[in-house]
Amino acid sequence: MADEIRQFKQVTCTINGVRRTTMVDVRASLTDMLRNDYRLTSVKKGCEVGECGACTVLIDGEAFDSCIYLAVWADGKDIITLEGLEGPNGELSDIQQAFIDETAIQCGFCSPGFILTAKEILDSGKLYTDDELRKLLSGHLCRCTGYDNIFRAVKKTMLRRLNKPVPEEFFKAE
Amino acid sequence: MYDIKALYEAKSTANAVELLLQHPEAVIIAGGSDVLIKIRDGKLAGKELVSIYGLDELRGVELDGEENIRIGSLTSFSHIHKDPLIKKHIAVLGEAVNMVGGPQIRAIGTIGGNTCNGVTSADSASTLFAWDAIIEITGPDGIRCVPIEEFYLGPGKVDLRPGEIQTHIIIPKASWSGYKGSYIKYGMRNAMEIATTGCSVNVKLTRDKQTLKDVRIAYGVAGPIPLRAKSTEEKVRGRAVNRETADLIGELVLGDVNPRDSWRAAKDFRLHLCQTMAVRAFEEAVARAGGEISG
Repeated sequence: MADEIRQFKQVTCTINGVRRTTMVDVRASLTDMLRNDYRLTSVKKGCEVGECGACTVLIDGEAFDSCIYLAVWADGKDIITLEGLEGPNGELSDIQQAFIDETAIQCGFCSPGFILTAKEILDSGKLYTDDELRKLLSGHLCRCTGYDNIFRAVKKTMLRRLNKPVPEEFFKAE
Repeated sequence: MYDIKALYEAKSTANAVELLLQHPEAVIIAGGSDVLIKIRDGKLAGKELVSIYGLDELRGVELDGEENIRIGSLTSFSHIHKDPLIKKHIAVLGEAVNMVGGPQIRAIGTIGGNTCNGVTSADSASTLFAWDAIIEITGPDGIRCVPIEEFYLGPGKVDLRPGEIQTHIIIPKASWSGYKGSYIKYGMRNAMEIATTGCSVNVKLTRDKQTLKDVRIAYGVAGPIPLRAKSTEEKVRGRAVNRETADLIGELVLGDVNPRDSWRAAKDFRLHLCQTMAVRAFEEAVARAGGEISG
């Protein structure tokens, strides 16, 4: 509709530790803003209706589907995408390494989302039961791995961070 | 990009009312986990939106001077689930909202949005019906309160007049004090699921735990809107806490519910669910209240 007046808003937020400001179209989702304005392409466009979890980012420490979050709502928020997990010299974080070690990745499309949800789980510092972990991971779809390897990667990292013994079968893949 | 004609962001509750009066065709967007999906779907494409998501004054759970529990309408499901007051006094509500969608949906979805949609399957609705919740609405003429049963007018229709928004959900002290509850959701899978049927029961027992002082039985997807099994409640109030009463509840609720055939489940199956869930939720609520049902 060419005759419509497009509406913009200035949005300032912290993205991966850096304060950023941009003008966004009010119709944009947070996925749109992160991918198009900031080129953070780890934020995947999957279902775009909040079903698959591929677009998950952390907003003030909580995992949200960025596809069903209006970009204008991000004003003043602290946002973490997968790019924010990278160490100063490009090192992987423990949870990313665990995904590799446990072969929790095949095509990789769901991985950024899964890893950010895992970050929220791990940063809570809590020891979860297997059932609790499965429920916490249930907002993501993965069509390659069958979930078991992803579950193991998260559980292993949780146990390690809490200095708990990691069962031996977890090391077979390494 | 969403197909949105214009977006008006409310700066305060009063400002939200003004914006809604200025733009009578606008749709209210809270968390957006229904509205944005309907825009994608085309059902709400091209509309003006009034966003109330930024109104932090409508977030959080508190006890007022009379110990009524006041839940801000924009409180997310995950925050309700984690809230210490909810856990202490009406734990079943925290459990019920922890069954909505998946974790990310619970982070964005709000309890106000869940009730303002007017859908029968909302996981919070049956439990709020069971607790005799009061809906606080703010509009051009100030604040008015309506019982949740009157707030629901029909499928997808709630009692919100022009310029009004829902601001709080209140559980009066008389409704929660001394009661324990249980919610059961039946779905085909454990996450990202809409209830086939949901049943929320709460009970108040006498001091010796032998007699049912009060019982409230509420359903989602047992009719076009959430409903209470009122005639069953009346007939079993004052009865002994035992197997006979539990089974009687299962029989009587069939007279109160009115489920339909849908692509999710057949009417007969839903009737079976209504019966079985009422009995099981009742048993669990009684156990939580310190009572015992043998057999």
